[in-house]
Amino acid sequence: MLYSIAVFAPLLGSAIAGLFGRAIGDRAAQAVTIFCMILASVCGVASFVSLAYGGGHAGSVHIATWIDSGDFHVAWALRYDTLSAVMVAMVTCVATLIHIYSVGYMSHDNSIARFFSYLSLFSFAMLMLVTADNLLQLFFGWEGVGLASYLLIGFWYHKPSACAAAIKAFLVNRVGDLGFALGIALVFVTFGSIEFSTIFASVAKHQADTYVLFGKWPAFEVIGILLFIGAMGKSAQLGLHVWLPDAMEGPTPVSALIHAATMVTAGVFLVARFSPVLEFAPGALGFITFMGASTALFAATVGCVQNDIKRIIAYSTCSQLGYMFVAAGVGAYQASVFHLLTHAFFKALLFLSAGSVIHAMSDEQDIRKMGGLARKIPLTAAVMWIGSLALAGVPPFAGFYSKDAILEVAYAAHSAVGTYGFWCCLIAAFLTAFYSWRLLIMTFHGKPADQHAYDHAHESPAVMTVPLILLAVGAVLTGWAFHEQLLGEHWQHFWGASIFNGPANHVLHAMHEVPRWVGLAPTVAGIAGIAVAYALYLGMPDVPALLARRFRPIYLFLLNKWYFDELYDAVIVRPMIALSRGLWQVGDATIIDGIPNGLASLTTGGSVRASRLQTGSIAVYAFTMLIGLVVLVSVFLLFR
Amino acid sequence: MIAALAFYAFAGVLLVSAGMVVSSRNPVHSVLFLILAFFNASALFVLAGAEFLAMTLVIVYVGAVAVLFLFVVMMLDINFAQLREGFQRYLPVGLAVGVVLLAELAMVLGGWKMAPDAMNLRFAPIAANTSNTVQLGKLIYTDYVLIFQASGMILLVAMIGAIVLTLRDRGLTRKQNISAQTNRTPADTLVLVDARSGAGIGELGIYRPKAPEPVAAAHDEHHDAHHGDHSSAGGHH
Amino acid sequence: MLAVGLGHYLTVSALLLVMGIFGIFLNRKNVIVILMSVELILLAVNLNLVAFSAALGDLAGQILAMFVLTVAAAEAAIGLAIVVIYFRNRGSIEVEDVNMMKG
Repeated sequence: MLYSIAVFAPLLGSAIAGLFGRAIGDRAAQAVTIFCMILASVCGVASFVSLAYGGGHAGSVHIATWIDSGDFHVAWALRYDTLSAVMVAMVTCVATLIHIYSVGYMSHDNSIARFFSYLSLFSFAMLMLVTADNLLQLFFGWEGVGLASYLLIGFWYHKPSACAAAIKAFLVNRVGDLGFALGIALVFVTFGSIEFSTIFASVAKHQADTYVLFGKWPAFEVIGILLFIGAMGKSAQLGLHVWLPDAMEGPTPVSALIHAATMVTAGVFLVARFSPVLEFAPGALGFITFMGASTALFAATVGCVQNDIKRIIAYSTCSQLGYMFVAAGVGAYQASVFHLLTHAFFKALLFLSAGSVIHAMSDEQDIRKMGGLARKIPLTAAVMWIGSLALAGVPPFAGFYSKDAILEVAYAAHSAVGTYGFWCCLIAAFLTAFYSWRLLIMTFHGKPADQHAYDHAHESPAVMTVPLILLAVGAVLTGWAFHEQLLGEHWQHFWGASIFNGPANHVLHAMHEVPRWVGLAPTVAGIAGIAVAYALYLGMPDVPALLARRFRPIYLFLLNKWYFDELYDAVIVRPMIALSRGLWQVGDATIIDGIPNGLASLTTGGSVRASRLQTGSIAVYAFTMLIGLVVLVSVFLLFR
Repeated sequence: MIAALAFYAFAGVLLVSAGMVVSSRNPVHSVLFLILAFFNASALFVLAGAEFLAMTLVIVYVGAVAVLFLFVVMMLDINFAQLREGFQRYLPVGLAVGVVLLAELAMVLGGWKMAPDAMNLRFAPIAANTSNTVQLGKLIYTDYVLIFQASGMILLVAMIGAIVLTLRDRGLTRKQNISAQTNRTPADTLVLVDARSGAGIGELGIYRPKAPEPVAAAHDEHHDAHHGDHSSAGGHH
Repeated sequence: MLAVGLGHYLTVSALLLVMGIFGIFLNRKNVIVILMSVELILLAVNLNLVAFSAALGDLAGQILAMFVLTVAAAEAAIGLAIVVIYFRNRGSIEVEDVNMMKG
């Protein structure tokens, strides 16, 4: 019951704010949505606590039958197990804090009710996603968050760049969703059901199934790859990551909620949720690790040279999602979910404090125009420091525990791809610390670049800073508090049956037995990154520009995000536009329009000709009649 | 034998005059040949024993229809010289159609035979010793009375139609306009003259009725004021 | 009954019919002659009816011929009336000029 309230309260809030927002006013809409979110988070945390500590039993809450057609049965049901409950608790808490923060951040906007309605709608869809009991419901939530993301990225629809970013996010996600939808179809073909409980129960029976398409493939591998393609779209993995940086066109709370804490982690959640199947698909897992590691490194390199405060954090998100996939790919789903949790807190914190900085600087996002702000907005600077420390993996902040665990499991996997993941993540850890401190130093320290903006900078109101402080507490404590439970000796007791590890998968055990230097490596890399950043940006401020000049090709390559956008533009967008134009001009304007137009002109022309037969001359009529008579008689005589 | 000769003579004249009807360049001649053709056709009717029909043909066609044709042809102011031009433009088509039709009719004539039970399918067998007219009359007023009435209606419609079509009002006739009469008021037409005793026309002048047009125009404004006076002015012209 | 065979009557009426149709084609200048040709065609029909009536000894044919006469008279009257007013309006009764029957 609590669980259902946690899921549906945001929907109620969204409906009230969205449908009656005009009638009840902005204040009331805010109050309603925030009340619903607080209710949801209380219920969400309570149901998590009762499951994890109170001896509650996992199960599912049946709500209604959705589709009942032949062999295809789908129900609206909420799955209640540790994985879902953890996600529900995290999503509701973060979403609530961001709702509250938005009250301050969006106070000058003129469609507040719409914003809060969208936010609550997103929360509902996300909760639907994480509590789904079957793949179709998961897909419903999946598309629901996609829709909410589209609406929120394009929230300031009067900005062409925001509209373009929204459309880009939507379209790139479609690519992933195609893979996801095919994966669902293949799951149904293979298992005859899309209910999680049925699928997971019959995994053993279908292990040897194959799928024939240009050769024989193990069905589980194909399912794993297809579902991961869906996850890649949602979680912005290399190749389908292009939408995430652009999505920063949306309001900052949106970036924090959707594009850092919750929606983008849906892919990780999907992989964790499908662990019972993926455990028997080593190829797919290897692919996941490879993609995750590549993304982690790629995004970290790009993040080092960006100048937009939100884009840096966006690439950082991209990179951290790569970490999670590395962990999932080597079989340590628990570690990836753990990183997901800690990341949600410290990345939401980073985004919100970035929002606070932007707020203070009157909508300035370029870090080159900031500097010295720590004196003006000390609270924001402090929480951003905490977030960055957590991100960089400095003990005892949250990121330390989860990042450390990921590197350990990657090393402990003892596979080629695992080692690749380990080294990528290690380099990325260094780069992460580097760009985080680059961001901090350029924003908060040194000399103000823009004295005018600096003079007007002001600390955000309490309604924004209180959520920041709460998130900062989360960023400090979540790692330390949950580390033992999620990954310690008794992880099996905590996770129950929600995540499955194959009989041969001992990575969670092996991670405790890696060499000592492996455990220290990320911390050392992080601190090294911090030191380098200090040296370059505070000690020798001329060096970065010099480096950029000296290694100009590399710098441009990174600044232009490895030219992914340009590549896609040349390979996909332009041919697609040309094809569309061809289809429009030839297919639509010429052929499809041609048929009715041609018929119309044929009719007109035919009518003109037919009406010429009607000369109006009595003589012609009489002749026609008589000739017709003769022909009639002839026919009658000839064929009688 | 004599009857056969008569048949051939009448048939020959009929066909020749029919040919002249269609080929004559002067419509008046055509009508006259048409009359001749009708006469000969009526003779053929007599030979076939249809005396009443023969007389009807002469009276109706020659007496009415053909004369009507003549009347119209002569009444219309047609330039006969012009009519003679461009005579043969459709001759080939007409010939072709005529020849084809004639060939087909010849086929029919060459191949026809009487149905075996034709004699049993007769509607109204001809009685031996009653005159043709009497028999026709008995049939028309009994079995065929509805068709007879219907043909009477057709003639009535044709008559009314012909009148309606050709009637035209050229405004040369003077008709009674009842509404104008009843709407007249004394003020429209009456002029009171203070005539001195003993004054003659030479002194007072002659008063004439006003022209009719102002009366119609003035009708509306006097309508309400002189409602009661209508009858007193009506009828005097 | 008949002085000559039925075939003779039918031949005459066939020739009369063809002449009437021929007259319709032949005449280009005068609508009245077309009306006369129609009268000839109707006369051929009547001749056929009367000949069959005599050959079969059935009066129904003569009655029908009488109704044909009636309708032909009505047709002539109406046709001529139309010709008269047409001439009054257009000043011509040339067949080629009669071309106002466009919708």
